[in-house]
Amino acid sequence: MGRKLDPTVKVKRGPGRKARKQKGAETELSKFLLLPIERAARKQKKQTSKKPGSDDDEDEDEEEEDDDDEEDEKDDLKEDEEEEEDTVQANFDETETFKLPAAADRAKEGLLQMDLQTIHQRIRDNVDVLSHFSEKREEGKERSEYLSLLRSDLCTYYSYNEFLISKLMDIFPVSELIDFLEANEIQRPVTIRTNTLKTRRRDLAQALINRGVNLDPLGKWSKVGLVIYDSSVPIGATPEYLSGQYMLQGASSFLPVMALSPQEGESVLDMSAAPGGKTTYMAQLMRNTGMIVANDANADRLKSVVGNIHRLGVTNAVICNYDGRQFPKVMGGFDRVLLDAPCSGTGVISKDPGVKTGKDEADVLRSAHLQKELILSAIDSVNADSPTGGYLVYCTCSIMVEENEWVVDYALKKRNVKLVPTGLDFGKEGFIRFKERRFHPSLKLSRRFYPHSQNMDGFFVAKLKKLSNTIPTQQKPASTPEKSNMGKKQKLKPEKSETPIITKKAGVKSENKKSDGPKKAKIAKLDGETSKKSAKPNKKQKVKELNGDSTKEVVIEKKKGSQFEKNNKTKNKNLLKKNKNRMGKNKFKKLKNMVGQ
Amino acid sequence: MFRIGENIRLLIDRPDGTYCFRLHNDRVYYMSERILKLATNISRDKLVSVGTCFGKFTKTQKFRLHITALDFLAPYAKFKVWVKPGSEQSFLYGNHIMKSGLGRITENTAQYQGVVVYSMADVPLGFGVAAKTTQECRKVDPMSIVVFHQADIGEYIRSEDTLT
Repeated sequence: MGRKLDPTVKVKRGPGRKARKQKGAETELSKFLLLPIERAARKQKKQTSKKPGSDDDEDEDEEEEDDDDEEDEKDDLKEDEEEEEDTVQANFDETETFKLPAAADRAKEGLLQMDLQTIHQRIRDNVDVLSHFSEKREEGKERSEYLSLLRSDLCTYYSYNEFLISKLMDIFPVSELIDFLEANEIQRPVTIRTNTLKTRRRDLAQALINRGVNLDPLGKWSKVGLVIYDSSVPIGATPEYLSGQYMLQGASSFLPVMALSPQEGESVLDMSAAPGGKTTYMAQLMRNTGMIVANDANADRLKSVVGNIHRLGVTNAVICNYDGRQFPKVMGGFDRVLLDAPCSGTGVISKDPGVKTGKDEADVLRSAHLQKELILSAIDSVNADSPTGGYLVYCTCSIMVEENEWVVDYALKKRNVKLVPTGLDFGKEGFIRFKERRFHPSLKLSRRFYPHSQNMDGFFVAKLKKLSNTIPTQQKPASTPEKSNMGKKQKLKPEKSETPIITKKAGVKSENKKSDGPKKAKIAKLDGETSKKSAKPNKKQKVKELNGDSTKEVVIEKKKGSQFEKNNKTKNKNLLKKNKNRMGKNKFKKLKNMVGQ
Repeated sequence: MFRIGENIRLLIDRPDGTYCFRLHNDRVYYMSERILKLATNISRDKLVSVGTCFGKFTKTQKFRLHITALDFLAPYAKFKVWVKPGSEQSFLYGNHIMKSGLGRITENTAQYQGVVVYSMADVPLGFGVAAKTTQECRKVDPMSIVVFHQADIGEYIRSEDTLT
């Protein structure tokens, strides 16, 4: 409160104290939240309505990014100083528009310590403006300016790095983004999974309640989950825990195993098993029959897998320490495979806040590369002709599109697989398009889970079915996929091994029968594949057109189609070239037998 | 530690297939033959564990039974000891059982006989050795030890590293 320097100047004052009190506490406080700079800016705007000349230009010049006009800066600073001396109280009216501070002011803010409350208020206002952009925007200010201000505010307020915030802004609409960031600040509730090999959920709940634990069933979607609200004993050390009646596990980790639903007597591979929660869940679903191979590349973390497996009484598990990419070589022909790929961890920020600042572009791309290699190995380890299975579930605890939809889309292109419904009826559908990328429309069947909407760690689950054991060759020579299939034949149990080379398509089979000689069979088979491939882009085209999407996408799809055609031509070329080399005797005999059938 | 005796045959010939013991890296693993076959695909140095680990041979070739074998041996145990709820936690921390914590004990337990320790809810807690015969247990004072601790399920947390 200062003395009025010029009593003749009439200052417009807002609603009085009583009126403000009736409005609510917020309006009272907002008086103090405004920085003198912002007050001055507001005042200046009022003045420009009187002087529509030079001030307007100055205002607009200031808002232009980066090109700092020194003169304008000086003028602006002078005016600010004068107005600060005036010490006029500008009352904040909620219906007034949110003003972007000048570029010069923002540079000053780096030196001033802006308190979090102000930033938070500014974020809220900014989001409000962005949600109703046409009504609430300032004249002459671009959306990108509001966004860049929001970006830097979010970075400061929630302590993220620029890269991550930009990525998140691409994935979420602005209002959801705030929910997501808020959800990452608090922990998800502790959940446990009943071990049905040793007890029932009802009995376990009773026993834990007797010990003084406050719990509830997890939800309709799970018959074995329990959520712990609070407990007087440490949940990880009760005698029930030690005797293996339950396992501490995040709710989102239930989902990939539920999607995979391994049946009794199947052989299953868990490629990144540590710490063993999903492996043990699979074992309990299989009632300790069949076989599970639990693999992890990290030998230290494998110890926890061993511990958990023994504690929960799993007897059908083999634990090994390979790099997941070696998999089809070590062992193949599994009925089902679960790949919980190592990722950047952007879905579990509430558990590990280091992700906020520690991850950047290179990390995400590195993860994505590894995941692509792993998913191809995983697909190759599945036996497509398995009578009960042939499924692969790919999941990550990340929400980045590069690690999720992109990897699955890559797999769809590189192998004979297709997406099938996960069986999880809640959660958000996967993206079909993201920025400039377009994914296969079946990616709608994958599911995304978020901390703010489902109250579980961020997760992505996709279920794939392998259609055939052949690997579609694009640049690879024809003999290598055959070799791997031969190997698979040897490893497969005798009942299961039909001829893996002949695809299930009836049309192709008839072609094979007609052709004489195995070489032509190969060409015919690959032609069958290529015709399948060329059918795919056409389907895509039709789907896109039906959806009534923009012509741009149709163009893109057409381009893809032509790409495939190109590849077909190169395939035939390679084949002819390859056929000049001779085939081994055994292969010849085998093929001959197959064709004979 | 001959605590199940002839019942070992019950562990080998089970209704759902034959099971077997295999030695790998000084540890004895118990698994079904089906798993054994499939596990041969994995190279020795990469294989960490198969089926259930029953115990290991120490450097001096003595066999030490691990807590992980509890689930299999518990049903066949001939001599059992039940612990009162108050002393449950004490046993799980690795302490011996005193007379004050003893709930029940099978009749005719010899001294230094291997026993399986249960909680009152019939949950197996671990292995032990009877320090006194059943008769002596009745006479002795409440502060004396009746069961020596050998292995308990608390080890899953305390010594996770040694399990493999």
